[in-house]
Amino acid sequence: MSWFVSYVRSSVGAKHVMAVTGLGLLLFAIIHMLGHLGMFAGRDAYNHYAHTLQGLGALKWIARGGLLFLVAVHIGAGVRLASLNRAARPVKYAVYRTVRTRPWAKWMPWTGLLILAFIVYHLVHFTFGQIQPEYFHKLDPQGRYDAYTMFVRGFQNTGILISYLVAMALLLPHLAHGISSTFQSLGLKHPKYDGLIDKAGPALAVIMFLGYIAPPIAVALHVIKLPGA
Amino acid sequence: MSDKPLNLTVYVWRQKDAKDAGGLVKYDVKGVSSHASFLEMLDILNEQLIERGEEPVAFDADCREGICGMCSLVINGRPHGGFAGTTTCQVHMRHFKDGETIYIEPWRASSFPVVKDLVVDRSAFESIMQAGGFITNNCGSAGDANAIPVPKEQADRAFEAAACIGCGACVAACPNSSAMLFTAAKLAHMHFLPQGQAERMKRTKAMVDAMDAAGFGNCTNHYECEAACPKDISRDVIAMMNRGYAKASLTYRDPAAKSGE
Ligand code: FES
Repeated sequence: MSWFVSYVRSSVGAKHVMAVTGLGLLLFAIIHMLGHLGMFAGRDAYNHYAHTLQGLGALKWIARGGLLFLVAVHIGAGVRLASLNRAARPVKYAVYRTVRTRPWAKWMPWTGLLILAFIVYHLVHFTFGQIQPEYFHKLDPQGRYDAYTMFVRGFQNTGILISYLVAMALLLPHLAHGISSTFQSLGLKHPKYDGLIDKAGPALAVIMFLGYIAPPIAVALHVIKLPGA
Repeated sequence: MSDKPLNLTVYVWRQKDAKDAGGLVKYDVKGVSSHASFLEMLDILNEQLIERGEEPVAFDADCREGICGMCSLVINGRPHGGFAGTTTCQVHMRHFKDGETIYIEPWRASSFPVVKDLVVDRSAFESIMQAGGFITNNCGSAGDANAIPVPKEQADRAFEAAACIGCGACVAACPNSSAMLFTAAKLAHMHFLPQGQAERMKRTKAMVDAMDAAGFGNCTNHYECEAACPKDISRDVIAMMNRGYAKASLTYRDPAAKSGE
């Protein structure tokens, strides 16, 4: 297997690792977003969805393990590449101008690390119930965890709402560069599709940003309410 | 365009040798014709320095017509000055205004150590070429021309990649000092041709590995290389290399390798 190790550690192989793990995380992020749009379907539907996920048993743990693995590899490889890239130019230019790159492409390591910090905070909030313990793992009338109420209570808090909006604003540029880059890195590129691919990253990033902020904003605007409120 | 001679302030990177820390030094260059080339402006500066008994500025150049790849220089933050499809030797002083301040620095990359002033050692590119920038062929008398038919479009694409003069502007422009455009161009010009197919996977693997061994940075898809290339080589060749390297790594095995390698 030494060939595989040298492949993933090479400059091109490391791009493939970033691209493939990034795609896996993107897939999760899309499903996660679609799940949260279920907030618009009301308390019963949303709690049913959450209850179904909780009831997946072994599958749930396999998915969690897989996600943890993807996050660890994506970040580990990213940090390694960023530090190698710094080392590759020990003396900086006094004057250096870029003309083609977009600003957010240069922010990737920073947006990435901030998103990691957000994920930890997000897990502490909704998975470990440490941020608003008073709303955590309460039961709805059907005896399921009342994820819906917890969601609404969470985003009725302005501080929490703003922290999530900021996090999604960081995810937007990260995805905009990441998605289009994936195609180039994997060599999935052809003049026939170039225009589409260049726009696909930013477009999908914007769609996901809107999809993610819609339910919290709806809570803030009282479109999504507590039952009976 | 006025023919009035230009008076310029130039900041030039001066560094005695590889060990010296170096720094920018300010010079006033007076009476430069707008018809002069950028390198002639440096020649004028050097004459002034020699007259004053100072050490002239060392810089690389050879053909001075945009084909050899010797000239370098990051001019005001852009390799070769940032004029489309232009090498430093083809830049003319008419692009600059009287009284302008110009910053001149060497290519910056750990793999391109400064030898002196603006001269860098680009032998890292040679190590990539030696790893696979050739085809294996019997020598002897030259084969018949056109014995292997190549469609015109294919030959054109190979030629576009082969236009690379190995100057290193791609590395200099890249925020990560990556040499992927160079390496990919050298691979592509052979891989668009039938003659390059036999050793395609072995070559891809060898040249990418040599590029990594030379210590160049990693591509993060900013495409500054493509913008800076004086020969307008497209980033498409990098995508082609990325694809080829996956294939070579996952499916090719050197016949001489021991099991598991
Ligand atoms: S000196 Fe030959 S390309 Fe500029």
